[in-house]
Amino acid sequence: MGIEGIGARVARKEDKRFITGAGRYVDDMVVPGMKHAAFVRSPHPHAEITGIDVSKAKAMPGVIGVLAGKELKADGIGNLICGWMIHSKDGTPMKMGAWSPLAVDRVRYVGDAVAIVVAETKGQARDAAEAVAVSYKELPAVTDAAEALKKGAPQLHPEAEGNLIFDWELGDGKATDAAMAGAAHVTKMHILNNRLVPNAMEPRAALGHYDKAEDHYTCWTTSQNPHVARLVMSAFYNVAPENKLRVIAPDVGGGFGSKIYIYPEEIVCLWASKKTGVPVKWVADRTESFLCDAHGRDHITEVQLGFDADNRMVALKVDTIANLGAYMSLFSSCVPTYLYATLLSGQYAIPAIHANVRTVYTNTAPVDAYRGAGRPEATYLIERIVETAARELNVSPAELRRKNFIRSFPYQTPVIMNYDAGDYEASLDAAMKAVDYAGFGKRREDAKKRGKLRGIGMANYIEACGIAPSAAVGSLGAGVGLWESAEVRVNAVGTIEILTGSHSHGQGHETTFAQLASGRFGIPIEQVSIVHGDTDKVQMGMGTYGSRSGAVGMSAIVKALDKVEAKAKKIAAHLMEADEGDIVIENGTLKVAGTDKNVPWFQVALAAYTAHNLPAGMEPGLKEGAFYDPANFTFPAGCYICEVEVDPDTGRTEVIQFVAADDFGNIINPMIVEGQVHGGVAQGIGQALLEGAHYDPASGQLMTASYMDYTMPRADDLPSFKVSTTNTPCPNNPLGIKGCGEAGAIGSPPAVINAITDAIGNNDLTMPATPQKVWAAIRAATKH
Amino acid sequence: MYSVNYHRATSVADAASKAKGEAKYLAGGMTLIPTMKQRLAQPGDVIDLMHIGELKGIKVEGKVVTIGAGTTHAEVAASAAIKAVCPALCHLASHIGDPHVRHRGTIGGSIANNDPAADYPAAMLALDATIATNKRKIPAGDFFTGLFETALEEGEIVTAVTFVAPDKAGYEKFPNPASRYAMTGVFVVLDGGSVRAAVTGAGETGVFRSVEIENALAGKFEASALDAVTVPADGLMSDMHASADYRANLVKVMAKRAVGRAKG
Repeated sequence: MGIEGIGARVARKEDKRFITGAGRYVDDMVVPGMKHAAFVRSPHPHAEITGIDVSKAKAMPGVIGVLAGKELKADGIGNLICGWMIHSKDGTPMKMGAWSPLAVDRVRYVGDAVAIVVAETKGQARDAAEAVAVSYKELPAVTDAAEALKKGAPQLHPEAEGNLIFDWELGDGKATDAAMAGAAHVTKMHILNNRLVPNAMEPRAALGHYDKAEDHYTCWTTSQNPHVARLVMSAFYNVAPENKLRVIAPDVGGGFGSKIYIYPEEIVCLWASKKTGVPVKWVADRTESFLCDAHGRDHITEVQLGFDADNRMVALKVDTIANLGAYMSLFSSCVPTYLYATLLSGQYAIPAIHANVRTVYTNTAPVDAYRGAGRPEATYLIERIVETAARELNVSPAELRRKNFIRSFPYQTPVIMNYDAGDYEASLDAAMKAVDYAGFGKRREDAKKRGKLRGIGMANYIEACGIAPSAAVGSLGAGVGLWESAEVRVNAVGTIEILTGSHSHGQGHETTFAQLASGRFGIPIEQVSIVHGDTDKVQMGMGTYGSRSGAVGMSAIVKALDKVEAKAKKIAAHLMEADEGDIVIENGTLKVAGTDKNVPWFQVALAAYTAHNLPAGMEPGLKEGAFYDPANFTFPAGCYICEVEVDPDTGRTEVIQFVAADDFGNIINPMIVEGQVHGGVAQGIGQALLEGAHYDPASGQLMTASYMDYTMPRADDLPSFKVSTTNTPCPNNPLGIKGCGEAGAIGSPPAVINAITDAIGNNDLTMPATPQKVWAAIRAATKH
Repeated sequence: MYSVNYHRATSVADAASKAKGEAKYLAGGMTLIPTMKQRLAQPGDVIDLMHIGELKGIKVEGKVVTIGAGTTHAEVAASAAIKAVCPALCHLASHIGDPHVRHRGTIGGSIANNDPAADYPAAMLALDATIATNKRKIPAGDFFTGLFETALEEGEIVTAVTFVAPDKAGYEKFPNPASRYAMTGVFVVLDGGSVRAAVTGAGETGVFRSVEIENALAGKFEASALDAVTVPADGLMSDMHASADYRANLVKVMAKRAVGRAKG
């Protein structure tokens, strides 16, 4: 390591502690006097609570306290909120049912928290939790979103008649219908997007500590956005005023969206700490993660895509039912609306688009943003139907896409988004070359000789990242602004701390963010530290999700670095009696351009702090802050091609080749970007082939509640990926970057399913395409 | 995990003497420990058999193979002596679980647990093995009695398994995508004139011998002999991963591939 600037393929600074087991996660935190919590959870998908008897539990060894919902309510702890208001097309606001952090009189999904037990040890807490006697009157339950909308379905919340949360639309319905009616060809599909469990490696955890002497709370929690957690816990849950609440998100082992939200457990641990007088730690076990982490996806959609006689797209019509589970999680409402329907134009010029989305309560875990959040659902839809249309029209899938690509920018879609830059053909060409598309026919013949069915499929995704302009999201219903903050502190010896409102839980910020300062000032990267994840250390920030740490978080850092650089140059000019406009920074030295006069970086920093000789009127110190609010979303796009072989005897699919050609704009660290693509593609292939959260409709139980039944992708399920990038820099942020965190998970599922359906000659296949399903689809195809 | 008393047995007799009430033997713990951690089992006492020397070891005399109950899957997988006479068993052992499981799990533990999706029961049945316990010798055909059920009596300890290596043997399984247990596994044996084919992972009542597969192979021990066979779905498990129909298909496909391995 040394001076490592933008574009350097530098190894991750943080990995040494992670791979040597020295990372410090919430479960590693120890506070004097700390005790352990276990939650009592509903075993039923839907039931009235008719009584809670805690007497036996309270008498058990080591038990310090047993607390239930009534006490929580009596103390004025608020209900959980959804932070994005959506209005139905009739103008009425979304129908939000009450979600108490501990259920008071009714439970609505298996895992719903009912009470907390605090005890000396984790084992004692769990033993006592089993001894809490909750009397339930079971109610009929519904787990499927379409079923929940039917007349006579079990009703979850009195606020939401018919379990309908909102019935929302985007786009011009009449124009879309008219264009569809005039279309020469219309492709229609019924598409399911399977429910997923996020499965972060580190389960969620919370350590709540009420300090009686200071009347102050500290919450260590597994959060992607500790400041937002503090804001929401303070403003809505009445846990404590913001100035009396510190939230720390230390090392966090993966989030994928599931750690954006403020869950019942951290609220209850903080409250229980005050009630019991001891610090309270809770760490989810894997079963709790399966049952209670916000799930992802779960859409049912009818879609139509119309073409004119020249195979140009004329209209897209989408009707989606989105399952939001038993309660509205923090950002659940924006995922199937503004993060979904706004991307339905894909990479294509489609003059008329209309989307209707109904969101529905069911007796399942809440559903919220999961890696991609709405954009994978949109991409799956459009890329499946484009591929299907190509088959129906008997044209090459690549050529049909090529014909319909958007080619001039900026491009205003009919669904809000204004694409700023892109070159979709460049990605398509790069991917087709990398996969040797032209040679596929021969490979298919070779496979046939070996008794295998070989198929190829592509997906050309676009996504909106770097969420996003605060005024824009505010006008669409967001309860928060989506800017980011940074502070750059240059120490007296020239080393630097960058305080960022972004939060790293696997993204490698300690490396990429440091590269910005290392390259700019010519100082070794190890002399730049990144500080994040603690509301007492770092100014208010909005956190990390939606691939925003680069486009938004780093832009804020660049703004602060600009200010630091300007001041440093002023000081250097003063020290060398030169004009500040002549100062350049090279290899850790500030020079007067065209002369041999120079001052090392550290001396400028020292001069700023000794303040013996500063320009007249200049304040001492070298520390600057900035807030950055983006002008637009960014629009990463790319082309993914998947080649599979299916064993017709067993239905097992092997992914033979997977090519990702992405346009992320400028890139700070290519190695980290490749890692993000690898991880995203693994998750996307996981969704397509392996993963599916399955609730038994009869019992309402989550059948896939462990790795015995929920198939996580493993290394041997995946080939080595071939990844590459093309570049159209983003014109709307100072670094020209777009974001890369979600692309892999967004682009890959349709590529995989397009490949399998190509191989087996049956387009009727749902995710996950398990061996059993593929085998059945082959049999169905050969019966015809 | 509930609190539990741990006992490390020094001999089979010592272990048997400690087995009282709700005690459980720990032979590797690859099923018992996760079950306890999930609070699905609450034995008051656990008696660890892993440190009993007399349960360890592999002995091959001519074609007679004896494997101590405490032998790990990794030891079986790596045994040159077994490989020389019955490589199919080494292949099977090398595909149980993952490396951690293979270095902790034991053959005795596996067959005493008789998980309906475990690999070893199919081999024991097809190899016509004899299961030795601290009390008696039980033919494999009588040993596996149902889902997680065996002929073992309360407190009885498996000490070894013995079989005569057949002329040919092969094992092929289709793993459950999530758990990697056998969703269907078939162990085929050609032994003199007789053919045995045992199926794991598929039967509603656990491991079983497939009459259809055996009859077809009896005439000609070739994969192609199974082309026309229909395996009935009756009596096969149906769950979210695989319907009985799909499993019936897998029995046939895995049997063909097992024959291929046996001959290859």
